[in-house]
Amino acid sequence: MNVIYELILIVFLFVCAIGAFLSERLLIAVVIFMSYSLVMSVIWALLQSPDLAITEAAVGAGVSGILFFITLKRIHALKGTKDE
Amino acid sequence: MNIETNFFKRLNDWVNGEADRLFPELHETDAPKPPEPVATIGPLPNKDVLFLTSYQAVALIVVIGMVSILLYTVYKLPLFGVADNPAVNEVVERYVEKGLEETGAVNVVAGMILDYRAFDTLGESSVLLLAITSVMMLLLKDEKNTDPDEELIEAHEAVIEDHNRDMILQTMTIILMPAIMLYGIYVILNGHLSPGGGFSGGAILGAGLILFASGFGHNRVKKFFNMKTFRTLTTIALLGYGVLKTYSFLLGANHLPTGIPLGTPGAIFSSGLIFVLDICVGLIVACTMYGFFSVFSRGEI
Repeated sequence: MNVIYELILIVFLFVCAIGAFLSERLLIAVVIFMSYSLVMSVIWALLQSPDLAITEAAVGAGVSGILFFITLKRIHALKGTKDE
Repeated sequence: MNIETNFFKRLNDWVNGEADRLFPELHETDAPKPPEPVATIGPLPNKDVLFLTSYQAVALIVVIGMVSILLYTVYKLPLFGVADNPAVNEVVERYVEKGLEETGAVNVVAGMILDYRAFDTLGESSVLLLAITSVMMLLLKDEKNTDPDEELIEAHEAVIEDHNRDMILQTMTIILMPAIMLYGIYVILNGHLSPGGGFSGGAILGAGLILFASGFGHNRVKKFFNMKTFRTLTTIALLGYGVLKTYSFLLGANHLPTGIPLGTPGAIFSSGLIFVLDICVGLIVACTMYGFFSVFSRGEI
């Protein structure tokens, strides 16, 4: 059971990694990248390194995504928002 | 027109926010164009087409080169799990077996990064400070890089934003903010007992501040966290770390005992300096995380 769960996670990781650079809109790429970090943090927890899992969830899925969003806003690359 | 000046002019426009796209040719399909007379749309100049195709070809070659260098390095790495690898030596054994006894930290990782390898953590904290310093050098607003018209527009936008705050975001912030801050402080203070520590706890604290700032605006945050607080906290934390540990680094870890008792393993006030160093690292990380957000979005803290 655990093995199947890990396999699903790893497949999802690959899908996220490929999807992030194949997506045409930068906003979607950032969101996919954040979900990649979330899956990665679950995998860290399964690999018994909770320290890394907490850091990955806070930095990868949280703060770096926000910084990407702000950068996109600053260069006016967010489509479909009030900012454009 | 020369290709290079053309490209750099476009790059300059793009960086200054005057043009939406760096390569408008590549995004022609994105937005429906206003109808134009067909006669004015000519083929691109030959030089531009050449530049665009060669740019992509060169980029592809560089990426393939990078990937092959990295793969070759991986191929040269020692095999996984072989007994005579350089990584398999007495150091790991020592950390696992004597870690609790020598550092007093139940969480062996905290004992490693803040006691045996405290020098690495000092470097990481300094890198964070260096990064926020460079971001502030580039993006911080002062009288030289703003003009009054722009400031007027931004003040106007800020007033509009203040009156149109998102209610869902605000309510969720009120509910979540205390829990996030409490969890961040818990992770920092429990760094030597449970997974986590200064870096993760500081990132959680910074994320909480960012959530509050996006829900209620920068001006509300400024009441308790402004440039002065930022400077004081980062300086005190980094200096404190340096003062507490540099003496030990300079003597090659042959230092006198600190005099702080290691305490009972598992108690909150235990493991000597690690507790204090965790707080220092947490403060630096929290300040820089919020600093990045604030400088990126508003050009001020």
